Amino acid sequence: MSDTAPQPTTAAANPPVQALEGNLGPAAVVRSSAGGPVSTEPAQMTKVAKLIDISKCIGCKACQSACVEWNDTHPEVGVNTGSYQNPHDLTPEMFTLMRFEEWVNPDTNDLEWLIRKDGCMHCEDPGCLKACPAPGAIVQYSNGIVDFIHENCIGCGYCVTGCPFDIPRISKVDHKSYKCTLCSDRVAVGQGPACAKACPTQAIVFGTKDDMIQHANGRIEDLKSRGYDNAGLYDPSGVGGTHVMYVLPHADKPSIYSNLPENPSISPVVEGWKGVTKTAGVAAMGVAAAGAVLMSLFTRGNRVAEHDEEAAERLVETDLKHDGRGES
Amino acid sequence: MAGTRYSERGDHIETVDPVTVSRYRGITRLNHWVTAISLIVLALSGLAFFTPSLYFLTGLFGGGQTTRWLHPIIGVVLFFSFLLLFLQMWRLNLPRREDRVWVANIGEVIKDQEEKLPELGKYNAGQKFVFWAMTILIVVLIVSGIMIWQQYFPDLVTIPTRRIATLVHSLAAVGIILVFILHVFAAIWTRGTLRAMTRGSVTGGWAWKHHRKWLREVAGRQNEGPAE
Ligand code: SF4
Ligand code: SF4
Repeated sequence: MSDTAPQPTTAAANPPVQALEGNLGPAAVVRSSAGGPVSTEPAQMTKVAKLIDISKCIGCKACQSACVEWNDTHPEVGVNTGSYQNPHDLTPEMFTLMRFEEWVNPDTNDLEWLIRKDGCMHCEDPGCLKACPAPGAIVQYSNGIVDFIHENCIGCGYCVTGCPFDIPRISKVDHKSYKCTLCSDRVAVGQGPACAKACPTQAIVFGTKDDMIQHANGRIEDLKSRGYDNAGLYDPSGVGGTHVMYVLPHADKPSIYSNLPENPSISPVVEGWKGVTKTAGVAAMGVAAAGAVLMSLFTRGNRVAEHDEEAAERLVETDLKHDGRGES
Repeated sequence: MAGTRYSERGDHIETVDPVTVSRYRGITRLNHWVTAISLIVLALSGLAFFTPSLYFLTGLFGGGQTTRWLHPIIGVVLFFSFLLLFLQMWRLNLPRREDRVWVANIGEVIKDQEEKLPELGKYNAGQKFVFWAMTILIVVLIVSGIMIWQQYFPDLVTIPTRRIATLVHSLAAVGIILVFILHVFAAIWTRGTLRAMTRGSVTGGWAWKHHRKWLREVAGRQNEGPAE
């Protein structure tokens, strides 16, 4: 009964049938926003990853539907603006989105239809977590998944400011931040993410990060043999690698895939804000406040003397007399 | 004859024996305290977001969500409240020649040797510094604050701009808290100052010692008022 679930190694793996304890609870937390609680002896899990092979994706959006269904979100009914992309952006109700881009390859003059499944990248060094001011609102588990803990979220939007991929969306309804969870609630009980399970071409696969890199290498070799000389893996080191990776046929130009960042990293502005500004600012305010209190307590202060009062009286009286009205 | 070069029209000798001088009207004092309370609420709630070690301050306002909602609203209140103060005070806070001498001899002020310094109007250079620093920082804070106001302006600026706005907002906030500490400290350290913002008046001696030109002008004016 209280056995913990095995760690899933493939998306296709059938779920265990017996009741199991989830393994992604507080005990697995290795990082927590704003000094929130982390596990002292975290259960060391193998790093996991989701691999999205853009060359295999047919843009059917089964993953998008599976995401909506599993997470029980209710995206608004959209409108067509001449693209298959729907909704037009990530929303608090749509954690993943197929982005469609028509691109003319300058070398071949071919039109290429680039379809990228957008969503949280589950950065090893997450900018959202660094920026968040609410203790424990964003956590990272020892298997690499970055999760938003909604009861601690205050809806400030700092995670939007911190994320290098423009992922989190703040709900207008409950003022909490939402994004892809990498189906942490499924992974916790030994199942792969809903999107990976739904994908009919297995363009989305899930497993340990090592296995996924190995799988990607095989795919890249295959793409290269078919003329995609620049095929490669997108696992950007600027954020310490990601737990959602892409196989890109044109890995030399990630930005053609609906502005996938070339070299993402946490912005130095965010680092400066959360780093030196915070430390130096707190120190300066503390010193100034303490100094002011000490000075007030231990110095005499500037006092008005009796002769000042007398001088003022003389001045006021002279002015009155001068006018001939006398002291009334 | 005596004009309003160093004083506001409403400043007047309140009593003659002992001398007290009216410095701020009731409405100005109310305006000042609304601004002051807003600033304190903003500092406490803002510090909670600034550093995790002060996040517990959100408890004062009923939790993180409420604090997040309240902070920018009070920011707007402060902006307009300060704007009214600004309109009443900017003229006599314009820098004058004697301010430079005062700053150059700030040591004499601290040593309580103000006799050696030029006579001053309603405000000294320190008070003027606080006034202009508050003015500039409040403008910076309201502009950068609106750029990062998630609830009502989530898409006003791009994310890179928003990052800069957040950094600028926190730097300006540290700055305004330092100016605030200076302001409160100076008002307490210079005895007899606080009553100007509580009762509205100061003693003649205080006016003579710190703002003699202001006192001379106000005293000179008492004769010109409409007779009876
Ligand atoms: S992609 Fe953005 S939201 Fe996702 S983990 Fe990285 S920083 Fe956080
Ligand atoms: S909105 Fe984002 S940054 Fe703010 S508390 Fe929620 S998760 Fe943290």
